Amino acid sequence: MLTLTHFLTLGALLFSLSVAGIFLNRKNVIILLMCIELMLLAVNMNFVAFSRFLGNLDGQVFVFFILTVAAAEAAIGLAILVVLFRNRQTINVTELDDLKG
Amino acid sequence: MPIYEIVFYVFSLVMLGGAVMVITVRNPVYAALSLVLTFFSASAIWMLLEVEFLAIILILVYVGAVMVLFLFVVMMLDINVDPLKEGFIRYLPAGIVVALLMAGELLVVMWSKGRFEAGSYPIPAASPVEYSNTKAVGELLFTEYLLAFEVAGIVLLVAIIAAVALTLRQRPGGHRQNPSLQVRVQRDERVRLVKMKPEPRQGS
Repeated sequence: MLTLTHFLTLGALLFSLSVAGIFLNRKNVIILLMCIELMLLAVNMNFVAFSRFLGNLDGQVFVFFILTVAAAEAAIGLAILVVLFRNRQTINVTELDDLKG
Repeated sequence: MPIYEIVFYVFSLVMLGGAVMVITVRNPVYAALSLVLTFFSASAIWMLLEVEFLAIILILVYVGAVMVLFLFVVMMLDINVDPLKEGFIRYLPAGIVVALLMAGELLVVMWSKGRFEAGSYPIPAASPVEYSNTKAVGELLFTEYLLAFEVAGIVLLVAIIAAVALTLRQRPGGHRQNPSLQVRVQRDERVRLVKMKPEPRQGS
């Protein structure tokens, strides 16, 4: 029998994998954006599972809005990436230190 | 019904394998394609949960639009991946330790005391045949969440304008109109009145 634990475990593993991905690929902005998408997918997995097991549709509406915001975020992030590459010819995070933060 | 479990475990393994590929492959194009695989498997798992509308939306919007945008950008930019991967081995232990710690903490919370087992969260019965998940979500979306839905539309509009404004580039030497200059034009820049004496008629 598939209980709620199964789906929550899957979401937790996916989230941990994407956190590891942010550690491993800390120089590549594109992979960093993809890891953020993976995190959002893990969160959505939890929302969907809870929505189903509680018999409450609000969670699915919330996932809908998360997908909307994630699409907007990806579009703007990639646009920034294109401008960045056009100006600097690199997307290496370690070379983006103009602000000296 | 063991077929449920088999489908769930197969798609879960494919999904986690795809996620591992996303974070480990060298080439960003392969990473994007692995992410597509991950989204497809997630969509299948959502289908198992009878969340059909969001499963379809995940494929249409995410795989169809967002991931294609990712692929466009990855292929358009001529990225030298070699310097981007250095430090992968160096950060590997830290990444694994953090991921294991995080997964361990989450799983301890989930698995201890049977918090999310069938006792406290009974397994829902399958929906009747005439039940439409899309209709139910749509009814909720267009009544209770109407304002949020409209705000989401505005967010998308702002994202479109921002993306266009960020990447718009004026090439030197291109022929284009400047409406601001056109409006600000003065009479003296266009018309020149010349004073001259009347000429005598020819041939008289």
